[in-house]
Amino acid sequence: MTLFGLGAVTLILAIPATSAVILFLLPSWRISSRLNVAAALLTFISALSLLWQRPAPEAYILVDELNVVFVVLNTFVGFTTSAFSASYIAHEVETGRLNSLHLRFYHAMYQALLFAMNLALVANNIGLMWVAIEMATLTTVLMVGLYRTHAAIEAAWKYFMLGSVGIALALFGTILVYMAARPVVGEGLEGMIWTSLMARVSEFDPALLNVAFVFLLLGYGTKVGLAPLHAWLPDAHAEGPTPISAVLSGLLLNVALYAVLRFKLLLAANTGAIAAGPLLIVMGLASLLLAGFMLYRRRDIKRLFAYSSIEHMGIIAFAFGVGGPLANFAGLLHMTMHSLTKSAIFFAVGHIVQAKGTQKLADIRGLTASHPALGWSLVLGVVAIAGMPPLGIFMSEFLVVSSTFATQPLLALPLVAGLLIAFGALMMRLHGIAFGPPSENNAPVKASYLPMLAHLALVLTAGLYLPPPLVEWFQHVARVLG
Amino acid sequence: MGHLLFDVAHLLAGGLVLLSLVLLYQDRLSSLLNVFALHAVVLAASVSWQAFAQAAPHLYVTAAIALLFKAIIIPVALHRMITRLGIHREIETAVSVGPTMLAGIALVALSMVVMLRVTPGADPLAREDLAFALSVVLLGFLMMVTRRNAVSQVVGFMSLENGLILAATGAKGMPLVVEISVAFSVLIAFIVIGIFLFRIRERFDTVDVNALDRFRGEQR
Repeated sequence: MTLFGLGAVTLILAIPATSAVILFLLPSWRISSRLNVAAALLTFISALSLLWQRPAPEAYILVDELNVVFVVLNTFVGFTTSAFSASYIAHEVETGRLNSLHLRFYHAMYQALLFAMNLALVANNIGLMWVAIEMATLTTVLMVGLYRTHAAIEAAWKYFMLGSVGIALALFGTILVYMAARPVVGEGLEGMIWTSLMARVSEFDPALLNVAFVFLLLGYGTKVGLAPLHAWLPDAHAEGPTPISAVLSGLLLNVALYAVLRFKLLLAANTGAIAAGPLLIVMGLASLLLAGFMLYRRRDIKRLFAYSSIEHMGIIAFAFGVGGPLANFAGLLHMTMHSLTKSAIFFAVGHIVQAKGTQKLADIRGLTASHPALGWSLVLGVVAIAGMPPLGIFMSEFLVVSSTFATQPLLALPLVAGLLIAFGALMMRLHGIAFGPPSENNAPVKASYLPMLAHLALVLTAGLYLPPPLVEWFQHVARVLG
Repeated sequence: MGHLLFDVAHLLAGGLVLLSLVLLYQDRLSSLLNVFALHAVVLAASVSWQAFAQAAPHLYVTAAIALLFKAIIIPVALHRMITRLGIHREIETAVSVGPTMLAGIALVALSMVVMLRVTPGADPLAREDLAFALSVVLLGFLMMVTRRNAVSQVVGFMSLENGLILAATGAKGMPLVVEISVAFSVLIAFIVIGIFLFRIRERFDTVDVNALDRFRGEQR
């Protein structure tokens, strides 16, 4: 039976890796886009099997309660995004914005990104995890610059510079963790393995661990998009192809957050080390408030939702910072809901931008009249992301707020203020986009509604009824997170 | 013998910090590239010394990568690029040399204070290596912040990365060092040389990042 479990881990790594090579060689983008979907689906199915059967931890691979949540969510959104991407790129080819050479590159990079993210999640080795996250950064930088417009190159350059700085800081932190572990765990591979680090962390030198965590938080925090290290995020979201905006927001930010959470666990197990929670709370609140105010000044639809991602990553970091079973549960739920909702919004936005031929908010008006299906999906998505009942995000935000009130009531005030500020901005913008007389430029667009509607249906269901096994599972993970 | 091992390692790591400071005030691109090549040579020497001192033969691979890739291939390629573009003239720095150097010295002091304070238990060699490495990393950051030119930002990033390799090799017995240095080389080679400078040149006929700033999104 362990063979079966091991097989699943191999599959979620091998399928994307092989398809990346195949897709790079395939000249026809029509076949590639279908193969891309098929590969992502297979990866998702293999990931699902991890729910029932987990391999024992090895030197490089670890599957436990915590990362299974991330792996399943990641592969699911990776699959639905690939389905959206198929219809998205068909339009881009028709309008001549991308040619088949670009697309070969694009599809190969898409699978390489999925591979890198899965590897980062299942790595049992802090060095391997670092290499995987670096690789994920590399692939997304290349995809952000895909359109080769001035703005795209600037966005990619900024992302590359800030991303590399983050990556460099994270590596320095990783080396420091190894230095802290070496006297206790011993030299060589052992000193970088999660499971052996976790087992002996109480004997590590706390001062060294503290410094290491600061570097890791700044490094991986850059990739999470936490303020004040978020500068790359809006540009990278706005200038790349929209499927990439969806995976950046829905997946890559989570993967970086996962790395931060792992190291937070490590620190929590050492009594002499600083508490990681307050640092996360401060950065989370700063991101939430900053993004909340910045939302009012957006003039670009993709940048608007990129700032909304910063806001939500802030809320999630805040929830994990508060800690305790309830807040951790809320954080996990919020992360899941945000990934689903935000990628659904980007699916809608991708087609809207194609239909309108612009990303400027001022030129997108009256969508519910001109494109009813797209318009109403966007309305539903934005209502969900703003946190209106009865959708899933309302519930997770409510849980975050109530668990904060229960433990640290004063902190709940800025949190609620931030939520309301962001809510106001999104509602104001939504009104302009969705209602009123439609603007000109209403090209028809062949949209794929299924991925978008599937995500929104899940979010709605989660808001109304959470199945007990899921609750139990998340509660268990929340207890693991401490 | 113990003394010699320590002193040479110390000398090489200290030399790297010194060269990082020298990089800070180079105001011509071609001399900047020459100093960077020297930086990489010193790194290669330092890594091979560590390989010898720790009896860790795999570190020779890292040293070879540093020597071949960063001391020879990249500087030569960048030299060709800037000659073809005709930009060996002065680099515009965002901050002038004096304040930059002062900030650099402050950063070196900071990293000494931080690293030496938190690592009293570690063995002296690893400890001072780490302090030097952090200085190199921070000086690399400083360079990336104060330069406006894409080539010099990349040089700043590569010097920063040299600092990380120094830290990784200084941490005795650290696994995956070779893999990490390969991953970094791929990052640099793939992005910088292959894609960005090519595209930036294609679009703007310049590698000045200021030219990019004009194309920010969200124009009114």
